[in-house]
Amino acid sequence: MGFASPLAAYLLVAALLFAIGLAGALTRRNAILVLIGIELMLNAANLNFIAFWRYGPHPNPDSLTGMMFAIFSIAVAAAEAAVGLGLVISIYRHAKTTDLDRINRMKG
Amino acid sequence: MHVVFFLIAALTLGGALAAVLLKNTVHCALAVTLAFLGHALLFLRLDAQFAGFAQILIYIGAVAILVVFAILLTRGSEAPASGIFSKTWLLGLLIAAAVFAVLGWSIIESARALAVDSAAPQVTVHDIGVALVGRYVLPLEIVALLLTAATIGAVIVALHEKERPR
Amino acid sequence: MASTSAVTGADQIFILLRDWLVHLLPSALRPAASVVLGAIAIVAVFPGLFALTTVFERKGLGRMQNRLGPNRVGPYGFFQPIADGIKALTKEDVVPFRADAMVHFLAPLVLLVTVFMGFAVLPVGRNMQLVDMDSGLLFFFAMGAATELSVFMAGWSSRNKYSMLGAMRAVAQMISYEVALLLSSVTVVMIAGSLSLTEIVDAQNQYTGIFPHWYIFTPWGLASFLMFSIAATAETNRSPFDLPEGESEIVAGYHTEYSGFKFAIFFVAEYLAMFALSGMGATLFLGGWSAPLKFLGFIPSWIWFFLKVMCAIFIFIWMRGTLPRLRQDQLMNFAWKFALPFTLLNLLVTALWRFMGAGWLRWVVCAAILAGAYVFMGRMGMHRKHIGPRSYRYAE
Repeated sequence: MGFASPLAAYLLVAALLFAIGLAGALTRRNAILVLIGIELMLNAANLNFIAFWRYGPHPNPDSLTGMMFAIFSIAVAAAEAAVGLGLVISIYRHAKTTDLDRINRMKG
Repeated sequence: MHVVFFLIAALTLGGALAAVLLKNTVHCALAVTLAFLGHALLFLRLDAQFAGFAQILIYIGAVAILVVFAILLTRGSEAPASGIFSKTWLLGLLIAAAVFAVLGWSIIESARALAVDSAAPQVTVHDIGVALVGRYVLPLEIVALLLTAATIGAVIVALHEKERPR
Repeated sequence: MASTSAVTGADQIFILLRDWLVHLLPSALRPAASVVLGAIAIVAVFPGLFALTTVFERKGLGRMQNRLGPNRVGPYGFFQPIADGIKALTKEDVVPFRADAMVHFLAPLVLLVTVFMGFAVLPVGRNMQLVDMDSGLLFFFAMGAATELSVFMAGWSSRNKYSMLGAMRAVAQMISYEVALLLSSVTVVMIAGSLSLTEIVDAQNQYTGIFPHWYIFTPWGLASFLMFSIAATAETNRSPFDLPEGESEIVAGYHTEYSGFKFAIFFVAEYLAMFALSGMGATLFLGGWSAPLKFLGFIPSWIWFFLKVMCAIFIFIWMRGTLPRLRQDQLMNFAWKFALPFTLLNLLVTALWRFMGAGWLRWVVCAAILAGAYVFMGRMGMHRKHIGPRSYRYAE
């Protein structure tokens, strides 16, 4: 690929990852794999932040923003995974399945 | 330089694809670990050492482990007979493809305007620490609150509904 | 530090040797060659130390249990590891029929690679560090976290209930104690103000009179060190925290279905993890490669480092010969109800120490808080727990 800019290459990889994660989240039956897809999408966003941080204008007073956003995003993703998987386990205990096509009742 | 980048990108994308496509759920979890590792390596290539190691520590050390634990606790490692993809998989795939088309198109269109190359920013862990408790102290507090709430919430959600007598 | 050239020579002998070897090569290859030589040194030295440790462990345990230990191969049985190695290499490699062959094969490899990676940032002597990273401590713990997944892979891929149970126990235990491990290390980072291990050692390599400024000689440092040691024991699945491979319950835990050389890899990795965590404990709290008393500074730094590591290993062996295995609920209760609150409190105490300024007052206040919390939390933990002869239901 004859990219003049390495930033574009990173952004393309991130876009592809985002699309893969989105596809996984939208097509898989298993609730845990949907969460995995969401994690991939979050990761792709982080990659964008870090790439823009690396190739952004330096030095400037906001030079740490991209990095910081990625770090906070990693922390939030960890919390999201913990709560999400806790919910999946709770649903499994209730409905005896993690198949999203079969968890279609709002009544307990 | 490019070879290393393409190898890492292939590792990341391959891991992500395998995570989405494989039948066995535990294999998916292990494949997504590969994608997380690829991400960390990409961060390292972008001179973001701290973020890269934090990525390994949190995603491989915690999130991947959580995922495999959840898979085992829900007995979900075997693929169900009804297939691994949901009934509306075609629609989902179309949406994902459309999103990628838009993102890719906009990146390629704007590639000429993007920076060609620049010197690596000199950011030490010390700078990050100072920024965390200085300029970014409010987000830090909010994240701390969020993590506490998430910990308590996860415990409550996963708690037994009836306390078993000891 | 003032030192004569002879002292520097002995201290830096390996660095000088490396530089001399590297200078034989064309200049383009030199940076890569120096890293490769360092890596070779790590890959040679620590498994060598492992071989030595197995003999010491078996002989030491034998002495503690009033028996001889290995004494057939070579003088005093010191060539036993060679015999063991030949045995491991020539044994048949059995893979269970139902096992997930790919994951089963990858698990020991991943374990060994991640364990070895941890050594890359460990300063084993003055200037003797493979890579001096700005966030070296974070790298070390990231690699430590990655070993957990390989343990899970080994247990899951074997398709054996004992392997699976062992892996689940191991992973649960490692995650629980990793919290205490990280939080007790964070105190050092707070005082040293750096994640770089070189800077952490440099901060401790100062002397008041003849006594060093090691972090273990402060109230918070002592508390952190004790917590770190307990967490490190649990992290390496050593007795009394060896439930993941409790042979009386679950055969051998996650490596039940491994034989021959793959089993040997698990065995080596366990000891390498012990070395790595001992070395990290020494670096964080015992001044790394610095001498314990100022006038002992003439002894090369790497000797001090390995002495400290071997002392830690001896304590590991001693504990194995002394303490009975914990129950799973005791293990988890200790991690979450004692170690976690205590290390969190220790963080606060460390902050207090940092901001109270020099003087005797901070010693008294910090020590009093920690001792009070220790006694109080210990009492709480023992509250309404009947200690005495246990009655077994099936035996009544």
